[in-house]
Amino acid sequence: MESIHALKSQDHSSGRLRKDKLVLGGVIVLSLVTISPIILIIWKLVAEGYRQISLDFLIKNTPDTFEAMTAVANGELIPGGIANGIVGTLLMVVLASALAIPIGVLTGIYLYENQGSFMANLTRNISDILQGVPSIVLGLISYLWVVKHITMGFSALAGSVSLSIMMLPMIVRSTEETLKMIPESLKEAALALGVPYHKVILRVLIPTGFSGLLTGILLGISRILGETAPLMLTALGSSTINLDMTKPTSAIPLLIWEFYNDPNMIGLIWSSSLLLMAMILILNLVSKQLAAKRR
Amino acid sequence: MNSDKITKAVLFSVSILILLLAAGMLYSLVGGSLSAFKTFGLQFIVSGEWDPTYGHEKYGALPFIVGTLITSFAALLISLPLSFSTSLFLGEYYRGTRVARILGILVDLLAGIPSIVYGLWGFYVLRPMLIDLGFGGQGFGIFTASLILAIMIIPYATSLSNEIISMVPNDLKEAAYSLGATRLEVITSVTIPAARSGIVAGYILSFGRALGETMAVTMLIGNTNQVPGGLFDTGNTMASVIANQFGEADGLKLSSLIAIGLLLFLMTGLINAIGKLIIKKMN
Repeated sequence: MESIHALKSQDHSSGRLRKDKLVLGGVIVLSLVTISPIILIIWKLVAEGYRQISLDFLIKNTPDTFEAMTAVANGELIPGGIANGIVGTLLMVVLASALAIPIGVLTGIYLYENQGSFMANLTRNISDILQGVPSIVLGLISYLWVVKHITMGFSALAGSVSLSIMMLPMIVRSTEETLKMIPESLKEAALALGVPYHKVILRVLIPTGFSGLLTGILLGISRILGETAPLMLTALGSSTINLDMTKPTSAIPLLIWEFYNDPNMIGLIWSSSLLLMAMILILNLVSKQLAAKRR
Repeated sequence: MNSDKITKAVLFSVSILILLLAAGMLYSLVGGSLSAFKTFGLQFIVSGEWDPTYGHEKYGALPFIVGTLITSFAALLISLPLSFSTSLFLGEYYRGTRVARILGILVDLLAGIPSIVYGLWGFYVLRPMLIDLGFGGQGFGIFTASLILAIMIIPYATSLSNEIISMVPNDLKEAAYSLGATRLEVITSVTIPAARSGIVAGYILSFGRALGETMAVTMLIGNTNQVPGGLFDTGNTMASVIANQFGEADGLKLSSLIAIGLLLFLMTGLINAIGKLIIKKMN
């Protein structure tokens, strides 16, 4: 009797163990499924895109659709490159950063200095909500503000404004989080020496938290590099290099969209995406490295 | 002392700027959509008609509201088992190991891929696969868009649930182990109940992400302006209709698109606020 009971309970526990193993197996399989897209996507970009990557690709403007058609018909690589997009992307990212970084860092400092105050909580909540606003809506906003009233037409500035609103909440958040990790005593020591407040910010807080701030900024930039939708409503695009921020300007993601819609240019979509992805990956890895070093 | 006051004033006014920015956004969206709401009233939200024919233009946002909700819900459902398993892998089973670190980096990279690249991959890789599997037509539609959206929102749900799951106190779990519980029993009876609200918040926030995704959806959903009849029908989301029709829009049509933008702004704001509130309650 006794032994039958023991056998039964053993049977029961082996069922539990089997279930345990089964679930672990399921978790491993599903986790592998989760990461497979990233590998498949990067594989596709490299496999289809590497042939077009060359010096010309980086320093020449986009070909017109007829040139591309002739090249494809002759079985050659499509001539030209995406220099107009590269320059446009850099121009807009620099402008957007110039707008978003000072405001974002100062707001982050304000939030850190006024923990718990009503204004700080309100600002933090609003900034969090701004972070969730879809990028296409930011494009509409910048269209209403800049395209309609400031540059009187599609422009790099309008694109930058929409991108900067996108970056801003990320910088606010990362600045506050970084400053919170700086030991209070460091700031108190400076204040005890009678250092004026703005110097405490410039000479103590910002230098000590620099790598943290930089991480936030780089991540912010990597988020806006690939944005397409807001630029379609604001920067529009341009077939030549443009450095005038009041004029329509191209960007790498905008070019990808144009190539996608032009059957003759399909050959260029993968190489452009590969370049864009490489830029984003490098920024991501650099900022991760910085963050890891801090810990 | 005086310079301190100036510094404080500068910091204060910059943060006021953020509030003004948000208020200005709302103001401009409302202002821009005024003529659509004046013309159609509340009909705008419940009408399923989208007819740009000059002379008897009629615009209703219902097809896009329904399209947005269906694609986002479907994406959430598809991503749920994947992101939940991944967060268990990262936060529970292999927490702190090298494998988990690498997997975590790869999942984070998913968040770095631009929407338009997802769209390309969906168009050239996923869509042909779906056609081969016997899905009808050209492979465009709500389901294809949801599938790509599901991949796109995985990192958002995963990173939050993983964080919360790995924060569950060890002694709670150890107590359960000491009573003879298996790993699975610890997860279902200790980890999940302790981390429940954080996990839910993560999924709410990733749902909010899905609502506003534009490019990938635009490239895969088929872009038709009627209320979708089912998961395999073509349609449009609020974001994709703006991207699609903005180029040739002016007057009443532009105002209607801005009104859709306003509705999208309010929807995502609400969803995000709920998610953030749950997180705040937890702490």
